[in-house]
Amino acid sequence: MLEITLFYVAATVALVATVLAMTRTNAIHALIYLIVSLLAVAVIFFLIGAPFAAALEIVIYAGAIMVLFVFVIMMLNLGEKGDQQERQWLLPKIWAGPALLAAVLFAELLYVISTVEGPVSTTAVSAKEVGLALFGPYVLAVEIASMLLLAGLVGSFHLGRRYLERDGFDDGSEK
Amino acid sequence: MRELIWLIPLIPLLSSVSLMLAGSRLPRLLIGVAGVGSVGLAALLTLATGLDFIANPEPFQLTLWTWMQVGSFAPGVAFYFDGLTLVMMSVITGVGFLIHLFSTEFMERDESYARYFAYLNMFVAAMLVLVMADNLLLLYLGWEGVGVCSYLLVGFWYQNSANGQAARKAFIVTRIGDTAMALGLFLLFTELGTLDIQAMVGTANETWQVGDNVALIACLLLLAGAVGKSAQLPLHTWLPDAMAGPTPVSALIHAATMVTAGVYLIARTHGLFLLAPDAMMAVAVIGIATTLMAAFTALMQSDIKRILAYSTISQIGYMFLALGVGAWTAGIFHLMTHAFFKALLFLGSGAIIHCLHHEHNIFKMGGLRTRMPVTFWSFMIGSAALAALPMTSGFFSKDQILLQAYQMPGMGPWLWLAGLLGALLTAIYSFRLVFVVFFGAAKTEPDKDTGWRMALPLTVLCGLSLIGGYFIIPVQDVFPVGSGDHPAHWVEYVSISVPLFGVLLAYLIFHTGQLKVDSLVNSRIGQTLRQFWLSGWGIDWLYDRLFVRPYYALSGMLKSEPVDAIYGLIVAINQTFNHWLSAAQTGRMRWYIVSMVFGLVVLLTLALQISPEVL
Amino acid sequence: MDGLNIPLNHILLVSSLLFAIGMMGLMIRRNIIFILMSLEVMLNSAALAFVAAGAHWGQPDGQIVFMLILTVAAAEVAVGLGLVLQVQKRFKTLDMDHANRMRG
Repeated sequence: MLEITLFYVAATVALVATVLAMTRTNAIHALIYLIVSLLAVAVIFFLIGAPFAAALEIVIYAGAIMVLFVFVIMMLNLGEKGDQQERQWLLPKIWAGPALLAAVLFAELLYVISTVEGPVSTTAVSAKEVGLALFGPYVLAVEIASMLLLAGLVGSFHLGRRYLERDGFDDGSEK
Repeated sequence: MRELIWLIPLIPLLSSVSLMLAGSRLPRLLIGVAGVGSVGLAALLTLATGLDFIANPEPFQLTLWTWMQVGSFAPGVAFYFDGLTLVMMSVITGVGFLIHLFSTEFMERDESYARYFAYLNMFVAAMLVLVMADNLLLLYLGWEGVGVCSYLLVGFWYQNSANGQAARKAFIVTRIGDTAMALGLFLLFTELGTLDIQAMVGTANETWQVGDNVALIACLLLLAGAVGKSAQLPLHTWLPDAMAGPTPVSALIHAATMVTAGVYLIARTHGLFLLAPDAMMAVAVIGIATTLMAAFTALMQSDIKRILAYSTISQIGYMFLALGVGAWTAGIFHLMTHAFFKALLFLGSGAIIHCLHHEHNIFKMGGLRTRMPVTFWSFMIGSAALAALPMTSGFFSKDQILLQAYQMPGMGPWLWLAGLLGALLTAIYSFRLVFVVFFGAAKTEPDKDTGWRMALPLTVLCGLSLIGGYFIIPVQDVFPVGSGDHPAHWVEYVSISVPLFGVLLAYLIFHTGQLKVDSLVNSRIGQTLRQFWLSGWGIDWLYDRLFVRPYYALSGMLKSEPVDAIYGLIVAINQTFNHWLSAAQTGRMRWYIVSMVFGLVVLLTLALQISPEVL
Repeated sequence: MDGLNIPLNHILLVSSLLFAIGMMGLMIRRNIIFILMSLEVMLNSAALAFVAAGAHWGQPDGQIVFMLILTVAAAEVAVGLGLVLQVQKRFKTLDMDHANRMRG
């Protein structure tokens, strides 16, 4: 029962953190909430018997990717002005329509998953099993994933290099 | 000699080709020698062949090679030689040679000397092919060839756009007749299975009764071609404008040879026309109507070349009249004499124009009798022959035509009367020209008289115009013999005296001034008639309104492409949708995302509606 | 690790909610940084669904797809943030409504 309680707590934390992350005006604040959400999802992973996935979620998602965000936000140096701007953009007349759409979509998803029954498996899937499957039947997917990462590397290097070379660092604020 | 007649058109053709290719680099003397010499050589060969033929008058045929073979259609490059061919060839090479000689002086200062002789030689070659052809297809080749040369030579001074306009008019108007003629050839081939003239006439006599409708249609189509080429009503409008070309060209092409090609065509295919009496009647009516129309018009013109042009139309009308009444020999005879005296008149006018710095208006000339004696006598003799004064060549031929027209059953006397009226008018306008230009007070000063290269052709043509009437053309085997009756003597006397009366009238009006016509001319009716005749019976105006302007209007209408409007509509519909859809391309990323989500929701809803069980 | 009785559809419910929230954020934010964050949320929610399904059957495939999604997210963020720098440089703003040169 403890696990079930933990699951609901983690789920609640994830949802609340995500909602907060989506509504923040300050990028860093939003990012912190996002990291909290990701950590909560990692807890869920752990609870449903995917410890390896939970570890990856923490290390790569909440660690590496979010740190990347932090770096970029720091480079851009948005400041207080950005906050005010964000606040102006978050008016009800702007989010009413999208909210309706999202609600409809959610209702449909709800309808779809309402037919799903049964609990998740009782046994955890260990990292060993995942590794065997990954380098067994899914080895081609690993190759493709490596190519994708290489493409991402080249693309970001290209974009970032031009940014730095042309006229150096520019945060957009008056100097 | 007979095997060598293929050389006759070939020599001018070779000369023409070499002048076209190398002309601009050759010295003028050599160009002149090549241009004149080739035609002279052809004339000599014609003379030799003619002597041979007169000694042994047997028509012969010479096939060089098969031009093309498509099924049973196998026209050859073949020549047919009989008396008619000989007459035509003699006129073409003989008169042609004299005109070439004249041209060497007339064109001596022209820059495009070589081009001129290249065109003129090509014309002679094409015209020879026309008259020598054994089948109608080869004849058509020559027919179109002379048309092209006529176009090139009318527009010879192409720097002036009016000349180009005149050339195009000549080409397009004759093309109308040529198209009809081509249709006639198609019809004849489908009906008779051959285009060889002799075989065709033979087959036609077996296939068709006299008065057969198909024969009538075929003959009318051929007649349309002849009408276009010979500048008869209603396709005559190009000839006065064709005077834009150099005057020797007018003499050769638009007086002596090409315009008589229609007469030759009808004479050559007379076997067909005899099967269609209605077509012959049409020939006669067109001929006489043209004669009168052109004669009235010539009476009012003041441009020396236009007078002669309308006179040519009028005289060819006489030839058509002759053909229409079955006076084949008289028609061809008039063709020959007309070639002599009209070439003479044109060359004479060319000499005047040459010596008077391109002055065309006869009322700005005057008193040239003493200053240009050779030209004066040329004009005297030429006009006398044109007016058919007794003992000149024109008298013999025109007299024969009128007498045979009189004998035609039915409307013969009426044709004769109309012909007489034409003869009277001819006498008046030709001597009006003589009196206005050569008598009276001098108004301009010629800077020179004619050189020998102009005087010699004029002199020779003077002689031919005088004695041409005594020639006997060797066509007795070609045409059926007429009845041989002679009408009453008074008819003949009237025919002789009418031109004399015309000359007298011209003398009284234009020379002594004893007969005052000013009040008549200046009256309202007189003025109206004068304007009407001056404009050539308003036919150019009529065609302008009837064909040219509607055509322009139609082109103007089609310029906006009404048919394409259908496709334009499709384009417009697409563009409208494009505008709507491109309005969706706001460039805002949020808008795109919302659209995608909306689409996702819709698709998901549809999927759930259609097949909920898959889930 | 003992067998747990967490119902699968509850996990999927959480996943759907996360997805809807992420999409909502995607639609209402104009700042490109937040747009990228929203995308991360959506990817993460999909990954959660996969892992849950894999756990339901006791198979490792769900986790493998999770790892693939992780790669996609990493590559996407790398390129996306590079683009953020370029947008900032060219438009002097992160407001994507200003980057509307593709308007038809």
